[in-house]
Amino acid sequence: MARRQLRLPGWISFAAALALGLSACGGGNISKTTTGSGKTCGDLNIAMNAWTGYYADAYVVGELAKTKLGCNVKYVKLAEEPSWSAMANGTVDTILENWGHDDLVKKYITQQHVVEDAGMTGNQGIIGWYVPPWIAKAHPDITNWKNLNKYASDFKTSESGGKGQLLDGDPSYVTNDQALVTNLHLNYKVVVGGSEAALIQSFRSAEKNHTWLLAYFYEPQWFFSEEKLVKVNLPKYTPGCDSDPAKVACDYPPYHLNKLISTKFANSGSPAVTLIKNFQWTNDDQNTVAEYIAKDGMAGPAAADKWIAANQDLVNQWLQGT
Amino acid sequence: MTTLEATPAPPAPTSKEEQPRVVDTGNRRTGLYLLVIAVVWGVGYAFFKNHDTLARPFVQLNGLDKWFNHIRDNIQAAGLHNWFFHGIIGNGSTFINNHVIGELQGWLSTPSGGRPVPEVGWLGVVAIFTWIAYAVAGLRSAGLVLVGTLLFGILGYWQDSVDTVIITILAVVVSIVIGIPMGIAMARRPWVSAALTPVLDVMQTMPSLAYIPIVVTIFGPGATCALVLTVIYSIPPLVRITEHGLKSVSATTVEAAGSMGVTRSQLLRKVQLPMARRTIIVGVNQCTLAALSMAVIAGLINGPGLGGDVIYALANLNVGDGAVAGLLIVVIAIVLDRTTTAASERRERSQGSLGSVSSPGVMLVSVVLERLPRWASQDVRAPRRRPSPLMRRIVLLVTLVPVLVCVYLSHSYLDLAQFPSAWNVGGHLSNGINSLTNTIVNHVDTFTAGVKNAISYGFLNPLQSLLASTPWWLTAPVLLAISWVVGGLKPFLTTLVCEGVILGVGLWNDSMTTLTMTIVATVLVMIIALIVGVWIGRSRTADLVIRPILDALQTFPSFVYLIPALALFSSSRFTAIVAATLYAAPIAVKLVADGIRGVSATTIEAARSQGLTSWQMILKVQLPMARSSIALAANQGLLYVLSMVVIGGMVGAQSLGYLAISGFSQDNLLGKGINAGIAVTALGIMLDRTARAAANRGRT
Repeated sequence: MARRQLRLPGWISFAAALALGLSACGGGNISKTTTGSGKTCGDLNIAMNAWTGYYADAYVVGELAKTKLGCNVKYVKLAEEPSWSAMANGTVDTILENWGHDDLVKKYITQQHVVEDAGMTGNQGIIGWYVPPWIAKAHPDITNWKNLNKYASDFKTSESGGKGQLLDGDPSYVTNDQALVTNLHLNYKVVVGGSEAALIQSFRSAEKNHTWLLAYFYEPQWFFSEEKLVKVNLPKYTPGCDSDPAKVACDYPPYHLNKLISTKFANSGSPAVTLIKNFQWTNDDQNTVAEYIAKDGMAGPAAADKWIAANQDLVNQWLQGT
Repeated sequence: MTTLEATPAPPAPTSKEEQPRVVDTGNRRTGLYLLVIAVVWGVGYAFFKNHDTLARPFVQLNGLDKWFNHIRDNIQAAGLHNWFFHGIIGNGSTFINNHVIGELQGWLSTPSGGRPVPEVGWLGVVAIFTWIAYAVAGLRSAGLVLVGTLLFGILGYWQDSVDTVIITILAVVVSIVIGIPMGIAMARRPWVSAALTPVLDVMQTMPSLAYIPIVVTIFGPGATCALVLTVIYSIPPLVRITEHGLKSVSATTVEAAGSMGVTRSQLLRKVQLPMARRTIIVGVNQCTLAALSMAVIAGLINGPGLGGDVIYALANLNVGDGAVAGLLIVVIAIVLDRTTTAASERRERSQGSLGSVSSPGVMLVSVVLERLPRWASQDVRAPRRRPSPLMRRIVLLVTLVPVLVCVYLSHSYLDLAQFPSAWNVGGHLSNGINSLTNTIVNHVDTFTAGVKNAISYGFLNPLQSLLASTPWWLTAPVLLAISWVVGGLKPFLTTLVCEGVILGVGLWNDSMTTLTMTIVATVLVMIIALIVGVWIGRSRTADLVIRPILDALQTFPSFVYLIPALALFSSSRFTAIVAATLYAAPIAVKLVADGIRGVSATTIEAARSQGLTSWQMILKVQLPMARSSIALAANQGLLYVLSMVVIGGMVGAQSLGYLAISGFSQDNLLGKGINAGIAVTALGIMLDRTARAAANRGRT
C-alpha cells in the first residue's frame, strides 16, 4: 500500500515534466503581447477600496494605464485604511480617492515620508444625514435639523430603544454622529448598520415601502442616480467648529477628495505617475461610470472603456506628458 | 478536554435500550436553584437597571486597546528596515507571492510572461485536474472533477476559481506538513497536548477579522497573507483529528507491538500511523473544507480567488454575481471533499461511513461539512474486483497521452487557452437570481419586517435589557451560578476565567449584547433542528431532498445572502440572528436526524406494538432516546452561531461584531477590534464548556 502511495507523485511529476517539454515546443497562434508607447511602465498597483465610486476612478485610470501606457495594472483589493499601510510597505502604489484621514496624513506623509499627495480628483465629498425622497416630499421641513425632534417618534425602530433611529454604518468612517446627537439635544439613538450595503439597502426599502429612515451617507455615490436622497442641514460648518470631537455641534466639512501616491512609486519615473497626477474629473463623471457598474451590471474595465471612448478630449489632457 | 470525545455515537454503538436508564434525581433541585437565581436576577434588575452596565462609547479606547495599536505601529515601522520583519518575513512573503503562488498562477490561471494567457489554458487545466482525480480517486471522481472544472468557465469565473483551488491546495499542503507532526507530538506527549489544545481552541474561535490587521501588517496584503490566514484556520481540525486517530489505536495493539520489542518510532511508523490513517485522511478532508471556508475572508486582503468577487458583488449589492461566485465555492468544496474521501476509501477499501468521526465534536470547525452531498459520487454498487497494480499503471500511462496533447494544444491556441465566452452562462444566471430575489423580496418584505418587530420587541429587547442593563456585578455572579448549577465545578471555573477576560478587555456591555443575540439565535436553531431533524430522521425521502440543501447552506458563503436578508429584515440585530441561524441550523438538523435514526428498530417496533401514535412515538420514544444527540446539536449550533458574530456586525448586530469589523477598517480602532475578538473567544469557550458539562451530566 505504502509503496503505491509514494509512487503517485512520481507519475504526476513525470506528467508535468512531459507537459513542460511539449509546451516548450511552441507553435500555435499565441504571441507575446506588447502594447503602449515608448516609455516602459512596469507594474502599477492600484488600491481598490470597496465602494463603487472608487471603482470608477480605479478602472478608468487603470484601463488608460494599461492600454495607453502599457502598464501591468494590478488592482489590490483592500479597505481604505489598510491601503495606506500597504503603500508604506510597497504593495500598493496609489490610492485614487482619499477622504481626509488627518491622522494617517500625519503618520505616513508628515512623519514617515512614505506617501505623497498627488493632487485633487476634482470630486467634492459631502458627508451628512440623509432621508429618502418621499420623506422630503411629504415633510419638507425635515431638512432643517431643528425639526428632527418633532419626527423622532416616526423614526423609531426595534433597534433604537424608544428614541428615533439615526442609522450609521460604514465601519471605515469615524463619525461625529454620537456627539452631534448629544450636543444638538436630539432625541435619537445612533444605531450602526455595519456596511455601505446595509445603508443602501435600507434606503431602497424605505423609499419603496415609504418607511422612515434617517441615515449617515455621502456623495459622490452612484446610488444618488437611483434615488435622490435629501440632506438634512445641520448647523453650518465653519472651519474649526469640529476641532474638539466631544463638543462638535456643526455639520461635516466639505471634503476635497485627493489622490495619493507612494513616495517610492513617485520617484520611479513611471509614466503612470504623470497620468495619476493629471487625473481629474467631476462628480457627474464618476457617477456615470459608477452607474454603468452598479446599476447596469457592466464589468469594471468595460464601463471604464465606455466612458473613455465618450470623453476623449479630457482623457487626452490627462495623458499629456506621459 | 479533547473536543473529539463528544461524537454522537459512543465507540461501541450499543442500541439505546442497553444504555443505563437515566434516573433524574437532581433535576428538580436544579430547577429550584435556577428559579432562585432568576428571582434574584429579576429583583436586582428591577432595582438597579442601567447602573454599572460598563457601556463604553464606541470610539473610546482603553489602555489595552492602545497597547495593541502600539504593537501594530512598531511592527509596521520594523517592516521597513528591521532584519527580521523586513529581511526575513517581508522578503520571504514577497518571494512566496511572486515565485511560489505567482509561478503556479502563471502556469494555470493568470497571464504569464508577456503572454495574454497562462502557460496552460483551460483545456489543459481541465485535462490535468481530471487525470489527477482519476489517478488518486478513480473514474467517478474524475467525472465529478471534469464537470466541476468546466463549471469554473461556464459560470464565468475561470481564473478566480483556479486561483481559489491553488490557494486551498497550497494551504492544505502547508497544514499537512506542520499539522501532522503536531498531531503526532500531541498524541505521544500529554503535556504537548495540554499546551496546544487551548491554542487550537483560540485559533478556531477567534474571529479572523480581529487579527487580520496584525497579519496584514506583518506579511503585507496579498497571496502570502491569504495563505497564512487560511492555514491558521485550517490547521486545527487536522491536528485534532490526527491526535484523536493516533490515540484511538487500541491499547492492546500498542501493547502487543511493544512486547515484540519495537522502538517508539517503529511503533509510530509501523503500527499507529497505518492504523490511524483513515482518521487522518478525514482530518485532511476537514482541513480542506476549513481552508475553503476562508476563501471570502482572503478576498478582503487581496488574496487571489473567488473571495474578491463575492466582496465586490456585496459592495455593489449585486446578489446574483455574489451567488454565482459563491456557488463556485460550493462546487469546489464538493469536488475536493468527494475526491479526498474517494481517494481514502479506495486505499482503505474498508466500508462504512467516514462521517462519524468528522465534524461533530470538533469545536467550531466553522464550515465543516461532515457529509457533503454523497449523491455527487457515491458508489452504490458492490465493490468490483480491482485491476492489478500493473494494469492500473498502464491505464494511467495511456490516459496521460491525451492529457498531454490537451496541455500542448491549450498552450498554443488561444481558443483552447481562454475559456470560450459563448459558453459563459454566469451572467444570465446572475441576472436570473437578481430578478428572482427582487420579486420574492418585494412580495414579502412587509410581512418579514413584522416578524422582525415581533421577535425584537417581544423577546430580544427584554432579554437584552436583562443581560446588558443589569449591573455587571449582578449579571456576572448570576452567570457563574448558572454554570455551577447546570454544569458543576469545571464550567464554573471556566466561566470565572472567561468573565475575567471579558471584564479585562473592557467590553462587558457589548459582550452581553452579543450573548443575547447568540442565545436567541441558538433557540431558533434548535427549534428548526427539532422540527426538520425529526422529519428527515423519520423519512428517507425528506432526507434525500433536504440534505443537499443543508450541505449547500453550510458551504455557501454567508456574505452572499446578507443583501436579501437586509432587504427582508432591514439593518437590525434580527438580521444578524437570521444569518447566523441559516448558517448554524444545518449542522444541528443533521445531528438531531442522526440521533433520531440511531434509535434502534427493535425499540420502535416494541413501541409501535403498544399502539403509539406518530406523535407519541416522537415525543415519548425518539426524542428522549436521542437526547445526547440533541445536546450535541445544541452545543454545535451555539458555536456555529458564535462564529457568525462578526458577519452579523455587517448587517446591524452592533456590539462585538461591529467592533471587530471596525478594528479591521480603522487604523486607531485596531486594538479595540482585537479585544472584541478576544471577548468573542471568551464567550465561546464559556458557553461551550458549560453546555458540554450540562450535556455530560444529563447523560450519566
